[in-house]
Amino acid sequence: MKRDDELRPVRNESGIEIQPLYSAADVEASGGIAMLGEPGEYPFTRGIHPLMYRKQPFTMRQYTGFGNAADTNQRFKFLIENGQTGLNVAFDLPTQCGIDSDDPQAEGEIGRVGMAVDTLRDFEVAFAGIDLDKITVSLTINGAAAILIAMYLAMAEKRGFDLKRLRGTAQNDILKEFVGRGTWVFPVQPSIRLVGDTIEYCAEHAPKYSPVSVCGYHIRESGATPTQEMAWGFCIARAYADEVIKRGVPVDEFAGRLSYNFNIFGNIFEQVAKFRAGRGLWAKIMKEEYGATRPGSMWLRMIAGGGGGGLTLEQPENNIVRGAYYALIAALSGAQTMALCCYDEAYTIPSEYAQRISLRTMQMLVEEMGLAETVDPLGGSFYVETLTNQMRAEMERVIAETDAAGGIVKLVAEGAIQSRVSAQAYRMQRAIESGAFPKVGVNRYRNDGEAANKVEMHPYRIDDARAQMASLQQVRVERDAVAVARALARVEADARSGVNLMPAIVDAVKAYASVGEITQRMVGVFGRYVEPLRFDHRDEVELAA
Amino acid sequence: MSQNKPIKVVLAKPGLDGHDQGAKVVVRAMMDAGFDVYYTGLRQTPEQVVAAALREKADVIALSSMAGSHLPFCTRLKPLLEAAGLGGKLWIIGGNLPAQDHDALRALGFKGVFQTGSKLDAICDFIKANRP
Repeated sequence: MKRDDELRPVRNESGIEIQPLYSAADVEASGGIAMLGEPGEYPFTRGIHPLMYRKQPFTMRQYTGFGNAADTNQRFKFLIENGQTGLNVAFDLPTQCGIDSDDPQAEGEIGRVGMAVDTLRDFEVAFAGIDLDKITVSLTINGAAAILIAMYLAMAEKRGFDLKRLRGTAQNDILKEFVGRGTWVFPVQPSIRLVGDTIEYCAEHAPKYSPVSVCGYHIRESGATPTQEMAWGFCIARAYADEVIKRGVPVDEFAGRLSYNFNIFGNIFEQVAKFRAGRGLWAKIMKEEYGATRPGSMWLRMIAGGGGGGLTLEQPENNIVRGAYYALIAALSGAQTMALCCYDEAYTIPSEYAQRISLRTMQMLVEEMGLAETVDPLGGSFYVETLTNQMRAEMERVIAETDAAGGIVKLVAEGAIQSRVSAQAYRMQRAIESGAFPKVGVNRYRNDGEAANKVEMHPYRIDDARAQMASLQQVRVERDAVAVARALARVEADARSGVNLMPAIVDAVKAYASVGEITQRMVGVFGRYVEPLRFDHRDEVELAA
Repeated sequence: MSQNKPIKVVLAKPGLDGHDQGAKVVVRAMMDAGFDVYYTGLRQTPEQVVAAALREKADVIALSSMAGSHLPFCTRLKPLLEAAGLGGKLWIIGGNLPAQDHDALRALGFKGVFQTGSKLDAICDFIKANRP
């Protein structure tokens, strides 16, 4: 429609100009409804299943883990008793970086931001009494993912679960770790090889397990726009797919187990359009570019959650309300799984109280608010359909631009994506500080005179760290040293020869070799990643002013 | 020291914390403020922070910590900085630093403590006002 010249132009974070009113003509001008289709049918813009939540509401999977395996097991059971339908495991930083609890580098970090895991023994404790056929488990692990996936499969097998039927997810998206989050270990190329090894291995041995969850999420947290978040996520997924296909595995044998993790903070309509647009675009990429034929290979299966980047330290209770809006976004978007950052998360590891509020927020959408009753409820809105078309076009532009510049792997290895998103994060921080980008409670409606409501701080228990080291020591004494030495030698040999490393790693974890021991052998062959630190990108584009 | 020479800042990410969005934003703000900034990248041990500060002839040693290990790290760092003769430099820290820890950080020698939500210009102005 024609814009009233007196209105200030408004752009969303993806740079798309927003009109005060949309009509059928706008939908038509933006590409019409060619990419809309029906839910459960190509290109799946409206949802990957015909009945979506009417048949099965989204899985609720709060990110949890701290201290040792016993502490975490207890919190898992609390969440399950409160109606949570999946688990999402947080690991401490030593585990995430492939470092054992008794390594000097682990000092002060053991069990701090997640559960400490050194050996298979820790997994046996963490998941004791939890039915892995009923509750699917997601492992938030990347640099050490191959080892932790091996551990999960070994633990499940030992408890008698059938690996052919075992479901669950590992994050295992190393390329995004180089952009944001930073729990890398090995250089770029061997890291991609390891992702390929896990996909290839799971396709054969645990075909229902999702070995990768490609994360636009952390790229967004690092400063990317919503369209970059999704476009670069797709570029990364293509890089992993290419790695597996070059080994001769047909696309339809693994693509159905690729999954995604996207962020949900920001403008409601921009976010919903992002997910709808992304669903159609991923289906198109898999079908047209990769020749996938099975519908499941074209599905954008995702956890849409978190929203940490939108939460504020100021007036933390406002984050409860933000979380509710973010959850609404995820539900309107047809996410398979949802998780919410808790209101106290800008301060601390969430309390049980805060976790329960997040869980109840999601449950309310299903039980009270009618979000599980109708598929794609915003479908057909002139605004949402126009924006969906525009967002998809913008994502295609970003993908083409990335490919033309040499591809995502090259740009990440050179640090170009990192430099660009940090430039954007800097611009955003300046915009928040100046008030050009509004944040309630931060740059307007501050309550400076008022004492802030107290947030209950999660205690760090040094005794837990000591107990973890003692338990690792115990395992080292009890295990068969000869079997461990043999298994670790095989890890090193297979790393060198280039065969799939997973069988060797599975053997090593079954012999109770530790995360750090296995990682060290691989570092001996692969070396370590060195960050390409660049600050040469500048970003002068004006945000929605 | 000549006031014309740009202030040299070594900004480090201590420990295993990988959240570097804030650190990189602060690096950019310091560059725009005219400082000469050396950013170490992730996973710095206390020994590596000291080595970088010595090598780069830092006026300011800045840490960015988001994952809660600031007190054990700074406790290990303080004697190493002092032993290296860097006790007279300006030490500052920013990030996710609970209010209950601020006094302890100041007592460890961190003159500037910048909690999440601190303004970029406030950090740069503090450095200008407190440079050694």
